[in-house]
Amino acid sequence: MVSGLTVSERHWSMAILVVLAAVGLAMAAAGAGRADPMQAHGFIVLLFSLGFLCVLLNGYFAPEPSETRLESYYDDPSKAGIVIAMAWAVFAMFIGDWVAWLLAFPDLTFDAAWSSFGRLRPVHTTGIIFGFGGNALIATSFHVMQRTSRARMPDQFSPWFVLIGYNLFCLLAVTGYFMGITQSKEYAEPEWYADIWLVIVWVTYLLLYLRTLARRKEPHIYVANWYYLAFILVVAILHIVNNLAVPASFAGAKSYSAFSGVQDAMTQWWYGHNAVAFFLTAGFLGMLYYYLPKRAGRPIYSYRMSIIGFWGITFFYMWAGSHHLHYTALPQWVQTLGMTFSVMLLVPSWIAAANALLTLNGAWHKVRDDATLRFMMMAAVFYGLSTFEGSFMAIRSVNALSHYTDWTIGHVHAGAMGWVALITFGSIYAVVPWLWKRERMYSPALVEVHFWLALAGTLIYVFAMWNSGIIQGLMWRTYNDSGTLTYSFLDSMVAMHPYYVARAIGGLLFLIGAIVGCYNIWMTIRRPSGAPAPSDDAPLPANLQPAE
Amino acid sequence: MFGTHYRIERKSIALAVAIMVVASIGGLIEIAPLFTIDDTVESDPDMRVYTPLELAGRNIYIREGCYACHSQMIRTLQDEVERYGPYSLAVESQYDHPMLWGSKRTGPDLARIGGKYSDQWHTAHLKNPRDVVPQSIMPRYNWLSESQLHAKHLGDDLRALRAVGVPYTDEMIENAPADAVAQASPDDDTAGLVKRYGEATQVRSFDGDKRTISEMDALVAYLQILGKLSDAAHQPPALKE
Repeated sequence: MVSGLTVSERHWSMAILVVLAAVGLAMAAAGAGRADPMQAHGFIVLLFSLGFLCVLLNGYFAPEPSETRLESYYDDPSKAGIVIAMAWAVFAMFIGDWVAWLLAFPDLTFDAAWSSFGRLRPVHTTGIIFGFGGNALIATSFHVMQRTSRARMPDQFSPWFVLIGYNLFCLLAVTGYFMGITQSKEYAEPEWYADIWLVIVWVTYLLLYLRTLARRKEPHIYVANWYYLAFILVVAILHIVNNLAVPASFAGAKSYSAFSGVQDAMTQWWYGHNAVAFFLTAGFLGMLYYYLPKRAGRPIYSYRMSIIGFWGITFFYMWAGSHHLHYTALPQWVQTLGMTFSVMLLVPSWIAAANALLTLNGAWHKVRDDATLRFMMMAAVFYGLSTFEGSFMAIRSVNALSHYTDWTIGHVHAGAMGWVALITFGSIYAVVPWLWKRERMYSPALVEVHFWLALAGTLIYVFAMWNSGIIQGLMWRTYNDSGTLTYSFLDSMVAMHPYYVARAIGGLLFLIGAIVGCYNIWMTIRRPSGAPAPSDDAPLPANLQPAE
Repeated sequence: MFGTHYRIERKSIALAVAIMVVASIGGLIEIAPLFTIDDTVESDPDMRVYTPLELAGRNIYIREGCYACHSQMIRTLQDEVERYGPYSLAVESQYDHPMLWGSKRTGPDLARIGGKYSDQWHTAHLKNPRDVVPQSIMPRYNWLSESQLHAKHLGDDLRALRAVGVPYTDEMIENAPADAVAQASPDDDTAGLVKRYGEATQVRSFDGDKRTISEMDALVAYLQILGKLSDAAHQPPALKE
């Protein structure tokens, strides 16, 4: 890692780590002054920077990397990113399954503040979305942007800064929830200083992407990059606007949102829904548009469908957030706009899903034989299903039943497990042998096992939540003959118990699958098996990068 | 159309700008007017602000992630109004930074929980929900009674809230720590507190233990004010402008 950096990059790294350590120290001191949990975050930042300083010093006097590095793509950060993503996956899925069991058996917990459902739940969501999803997106985007541009990344420093800095953000977020540091905005819970740090990391990410695109040897920017670019840009806009807040004190973690009540609700769900759109959809569509055609050995079915799908998603999604607020105090006209655009959104979503599935025409025998490609195919199917479900649930009268129930939880998990996780596992299984120059994964049979565990887990989970959600919604609105409500809230809660157990079992299968995947990836990395597969990378033109 | 795109996708900056423009339209049209159109939020001159103790309780509610399982938004649906009370109005969360409308009801809605149960019920329920509701799946918050409330810096919180639009006065900010203590100490001098926050301010030991001001006091004080900051939702619609 350090030996790949030039001497000036090592100086840069050192300077930044020293500054970061100083910031950590300052946070610890300020927090200590008022017994604020920010103190603990200060120590985490300090230890994090000191740890990386040790790594840096350890390799500091290694000889500079030779000029021949410029003849190949820079893949070390992608490799690290994939390993980190899998570690987050297992951690966050474990927490997810734990909280699933907690809802069935509330005493399966330690008698401590950090282990209660309310604190663990954001650990699960953030761990999956940002830890697992974010690291996978960063790792694959580095891989894809270099190949599709036929250009090496402009330097060795900024990709590491993005990856490591991003994980510092994730670490601050997750440790914060255990200690009760949260601003309660769903999927945007980290407090002000973590938010500011993410902005710095994210701007570096955007610049790195644009700089690599600027060096490309292909006249056109490939479809996958449109999606990755939209993901980076729009997530930046969403993050900054939704997190506008005034800290109560610079010596404490607590801050107060700049928005209140109805405006805050709209801003939050504009963010919340578009985090689904641009983090969990656009980013992973970037993955789909590169790895699926690569693995299938077929070009994308239709260039025009790619264009319509891309701009449709970019435009329509941003209107859809208000469908989270039907029948609330949000003005009716905004609700109606949100509903209308959510329904229209089905068109570009299905165009993207169809484009992926039609690409497989002529390669269906590969889908049968190759579990890696089947992961990606199944992801496209779930993408189509859950976008259909989403548009359906955005219709006001359907939402009256589904909102506040487990149906929503089932819907997001159809997306998160069926679409996001399956496309990620498929892409990782495709890219790991390429990156580590192995003939294939250590065990194709284990990929197969993982596939069926993941699929079974997802189906059990989603069916359990559909059942419980619809039953819940119906019980809440059932009247008896004398015109009064038939069921108390408690009745509906008791009725959920069997489904909560089923959900936890589905989640457990999914978690076991991910652990199998980790083992397989680890063994692939550790044990070279035979000759490396002939690389089907686009060749990097030699000596295109002048010595910097 | 596809010819234009053929050109755009050759220029990374043009593509980036196009993405930002296309993606910004929806949000601008839906969000910006909410801040400028007067009838987004009804006006209620009698709307109260949270007392420092209630605010501290609200922060504990946020810290423990209660919003993940309890909504604070009664929708305009018949069954919800019959189950929970009059549907929520925008003005009722006017001073909520951030709002806590929620997205999931694993437990019931809390928008109008204030005054529905006694302080003793809330304290017992928070300590071990299954003592009062055997089927409950809520976690235990028994440590709240033992942990002392940190009220010392509440003035900073009020000041930050004033910066984002909540009408706290200088006097309220200055007396915030003392007011938090006074509200849970019925034997102390509470005249200042009542003068600042109104006659309806609930002054009592919320957790039943007068010796200390605990986080339980703050959380119960908050739960007991939910739905009672404004009477607007209980007024006949004709009175709304």
